Amino acid sequence: MSGKPKLTYLNGRGRMEPVRWLLAAAGVEFEEIFLETRQQYEKLIKDGVLMFQQVPLVEIDGMKMVQTRAILSYIAGKYNLYGKDLKERALIDMYVEGITDLMQMILMFPFSPPDAKEKNIDSIKERATNRYFPVFEKVLKQHGQDFLVGNKFSWADVQLIEAILAVEEKIPSVLSGFPQLQAFKTRISNMPTIKKFLQPGSPRKPPPDEIYVETVLKIFKK
Amino acid sequence: MAGKPKLHYTKGRGKMESIRWLLAAAGVEFEEEFIETKEDLEKLRNGESANFLMFQQVPMVEIDGMKMVQTRAILSYIAAKYNLYGKDLKERAWIDMYVEGTTDLMGMIMYLPLQPADTKEKNLALIIERATNRYFPVYEKALKDHGHDYLVGNKLSWADIHLLEAILMVEECKPDILSVFPLLQAFKGRTSNIPTIKKFLQPGSQRKPPADEKYIAGVRKIFNI
Repeated sequence: MSGKPKLTYLNGRGRMEPVRWLLAAAGVEFEEIFLETRQQYEKLIKDGVLMFQQVPLVEIDGMKMVQTRAILSYIAGKYNLYGKDLKERALIDMYVEGITDLMQMILMFPFSPPDAKEKNIDSIKERATNRYFPVFEKVLKQHGQDFLVGNKFSWADVQLIEAILAVEEKIPSVLSGFPQLQAFKTRISNMPTIKKFLQPGSPRKPPPDEIYVETVLKIFKK
Repeated sequence: MAGKPKLHYTKGRGKMESIRWLLAAAGVEFEEEFIETKEDLEKLRNGESANFLMFQQVPMVEIDGMKMVQTRAILSYIAAKYNLYGKDLKERAWIDMYVEGTTDLMGMIMYLPLQPADTKEKNLALIIERATNRYFPVYEKALKDHGHDYLVGNKLSWADIHLLEAILMVEECKPDILSVFPLLQAFKGRTSNIPTIKKFLQPGSQRKPPADEKYIAGVRKIFNI
């Protein structure tokens, strides 16, 4: 029993990636168990370890936590990445929820049919450029601080940099109209824990490929 | 500026209903401004106060000087403000996990009327299956394991209010859904009798009825879906 959080998920980004980002940003080392077969998944269910029969699962502080948002909120609260009071938490929550909606489009993208992929990239680009990135560009411009909320590094900043990099993988020029976000990206990428996470050999997972998609369908197919 | 919270949404349940439940359970009076046409929505999006809707979406709740959006953010704020979020980080973690489960279940029911007519029967069957095999057993077991009246920390919390809302919603799909869950039946009886909740369950409260065809047609028109 090492005491490190233990993450159970597939060997890929999916819904666990924000958890990896947040733990890494907080400088918390963690272990991972990768689901590779349906039998492994069924055994977890049979053992009663998954509250709603789903992963992500994070074993942390004696709890078997499920539900991505619950896990992320707990980690943010524990490692002081959730603002200093209720109102800062409200802002962080709003920003995170918006970014999560954008990330959801990216999460689902590999599973869309080939003939819908181009349209989906356009949707992602449209939403990122017209709905989500302008909000954070404006926030940073208005207060002129380094971080989104309370002049202090928080979960919202981690979520935003993850989203920026994920969208850039699909649309490399997406930040061209957002100078504040470009500076933000550079700044946050250079924070020691984030910098380490962005280096090869870290627990960060690569973008989903065909093998990942096949594994998901194989393990979770009803 | 103390003022009552003001809710901006269509005149139906949708994503706002859980917020109405939570405010009502906390004994907080609130006002509502209903979006009835596309123009109403456009006015919110592009009106004089251009940042009325952070991501151009509703629900939006004006509360404590903020224009809050994103249902979960709003609910978390209300829960914490009115002491319905547990006493520490771990209790919050349990409440969050439970609420995410009931959110997933109620989400399935919310989207049901928007799905193609020929999938409705299959989707309804899936809701019943999930309620019976995935979600309700968790809450039944939680109540059984600790024997308390409430899900977390022996005290009323957001998780209890959300669970009651989910139970009633599933019962609208299948009235005898709780037949194999005796503790949930008792929970339902107990929680429904809490004065603020009892009041919310009475006719004339701000609780909204299930979506009918007229409401769905309006929603499709306003949100272009």
